[in-house]
Amino acid sequence: MRVKLENLTKRWGNVVGADHINLEVGDGEFVAFLGPSGCGKTTTLLMIAGIYKPTEGIIKFDGQIVNHLAPKDRNIGMVFQSYALYPHMTVFQNISYPLKLKKVPKEEMQKHAQRVADMMGIGHLMDRKPAQLSGGQQQRVALGRALVKEPDLLLFDEPLSNLDARLRLTMRSEIKRLQMELGITSIYVTHDQVEAMTMANRIAVMKDGRLQAYATPDELYDRPRTLFIAGFVGNPPMNFLEVEVVRENGDYHARREGFDVVVPADRGVKAAGQGTIIMGIRPEDITLGDEGIVGEVYVVEPLGRDDLVDVRIGKADIHVLADPEKGLKVGDMVRLNFDTHKIQFFDPQTEQSLLWTD
Amino acid sequence: MATTTRDIGPLYNLRRFLGRSLPYVLLIISILPIVIGYAWLIIATFSYRTEGLFPIDANGNIGGWTLRNWAFLRDPKIWHVTLNSLGIALGMVVGVGFVSSLAAYALSRMNFAGRKAFLSLTLILHAFPSVTLLIAIFFVLNFISGIPVLGPRFGYNTVGGVALVMVSLELPLGVWLMKGFFDNISWDMERAALIDGASRFRVWWEIILPQIKPGLAALAIFNFLSGWSAFLIPFTFTVGTKVANLPVYLRQLISDTAPTNWNQIAAVGLFQLIPVMIFFIFTQEMLLNIYSGGAKGGV
Ligand SMILES: Nc1ncnc2c1ncn2[C@@H]1O[C@H](COP(=O)(O)OP(=O)(O)O)[C@@H](O)[C@H]1O
Ligand SMILES: [Mg+2]
Repeated sequence: MRVKLENLTKRWGNVVGADHINLEVGDGEFVAFLGPSGCGKTTTLLMIAGIYKPTEGIIKFDGQIVNHLAPKDRNIGMVFQSYALYPHMTVFQNISYPLKLKKVPKEEMQKHAQRVADMMGIGHLMDRKPAQLSGGQQQRVALGRALVKEPDLLLFDEPLSNLDARLRLTMRSEIKRLQMELGITSIYVTHDQVEAMTMANRIAVMKDGRLQAYATPDELYDRPRTLFIAGFVGNPPMNFLEVEVVRENGDYHARREGFDVVVPADRGVKAAGQGTIIMGIRPEDITLGDEGIVGEVYVVEPLGRDDLVDVRIGKADIHVLADPEKGLKVGDMVRLNFDTHKIQFFDPQTEQSLLWTD
Repeated sequence: MATTTRDIGPLYNLRRFLGRSLPYVLLIISILPIVIGYAWLIIATFSYRTEGLFPIDANGNIGGWTLRNWAFLRDPKIWHVTLNSLGIALGMVVGVGFVSSLAAYALSRMNFAGRKAFLSLTLILHAFPSVTLLIAIFFVLNFISGIPVLGPRFGYNTVGGVALVMVSLELPLGVWLMKGFFDNISWDMERAALIDGASRFRVWWEIILPQIKPGLAALAIFNFLSGWSAFLIPFTFTVGTKVANLPVYLRQLISDTAPTNWNQIAAVGLFQLIPVMIFFIFTQEMLLNIYSGGAKGGV
């Protein structure tokens, strides 16, 4: 099923939950809503579910306006962060509740619920109450309950936030696999950009109720349209430096005190002559070598596979990923090489990208 | 040195013993008057007269046990009166439970014009002592008496009328209590049920109410007790013995002219107390729930 949001807005008095959201989800697509806490992800999702009434705007399923439809008439499945299982019902009763409401005959209901439970790997727990299950098992029950009525649209509201890191990884790939197998159009709300990047076909980045960007993970990563997206997507986050880009002898230089790199002409030309602007470069696009900009190691944070090294260049701090084998220590002098084909430029006032504008 | 260490042992033990038993001693002392009171009551119901805690016969000797104070049990009137008491109590359980769990759900979950005002108004209403409302209630009951079908059941001088008044007076508290319980239920669970395909009413009945069973039970007990022992409203709005409840019947035994048989009054009082005590023993845990505001995370 296709989903289309047109100028979707939700306000409570002065509080703005969602602000003129425009977005389209293709049939069978997996879309993530990504943004910090309080940016309106849940609000938007609940409007799509029919729980919240939009203050303004239109929701379309397959081209049909569904604003007036009650949640039960939208044929959606939803998984909540809190699982929202019915504590007084057994796992079987939880999973089969949507079927019971649809007045599915008992035998068929039993078979169907069992099949879904087996698919989720909880077929042997049917007689338990939710309180007798682990967090991961509860999450599977919630997922089973959402899937059992064969919905046209699946909504996830931060479903993995309450799980421990390892389980989160397992469930992540499991949800993704299920979604691909079943081909159900899905909207997945998360504040975890790794989740969004790894699972979604497209990501809608939100901030303060507004849609900041709607693009594929690669595009968000390589061509961030705004400073916010550049800083929010990617881990560890992108470095930002105030620089001035000037043209000298046909080359474009990005410069500040103690810092001077030559940037490719196609990028440099868009940033030159604009006074002080913001340059962005990801830690993984900087390497340590024998040549390059000189800096002093200020902090070393071991991340396991890499060390995240905070290098001081003049007054600026830059995060770099370094091989732990190098054994860098605080106070060491290092030289940094920048992969200049990955450099971003932003206007400090509008915070828009100087490279990727429409 | 050696002697001191030996001395610390018994001294320490004594202090520990005192520390442990002191609370019990204090508790026993403080409930002693109540225990004596009840003992007196029970002894009195089985004797002609009592002197202190001791039953005495006509000659002033200890003895004189009798069952005559309990003779009222053979009078069909007492059972009629008991039934009236039961009717009022159950009427309150059902009436307050039903109305307040519906109203509180709406107040907890839905947004409508006047919701805030309604909430504060009910709280103010609860603050009114019922005595101040007696005259107004009389007019209301009188008005109901004039309505064809309802009149004979819920009008002035009917058990139904008394129950109706008691229910309405108890509703503000019931609504607020229930709202507290509903507020404790997560919204997500309700949303999940709506998305699963339940109607609002089914959500209330199948998903939410089962979660607040302890609250409902507590409210029911609370209302049963206050309905069972109601005096002011039944006393004011009923005449004669036909529609009296137990406390009113008890009052009628105290005559202004003839000498009062206090021992019989004690027996009727005890009779009224027995169901309450049994009830309380089995339900006190649930009753405490009302103050802790609901069961959390229960299975
Ligand atoms: N029922 C509500 N009443 C008033 N304000 C709300 C309500 N729900 C959400 N909000 C506000 O709307 C904003 C977005 O909330 P939400 O959609 O829950 O954010 P997110 O899910 O992205 O963390 C927040 O500022 C929140 O306080
Ligand atoms: Mg949220």
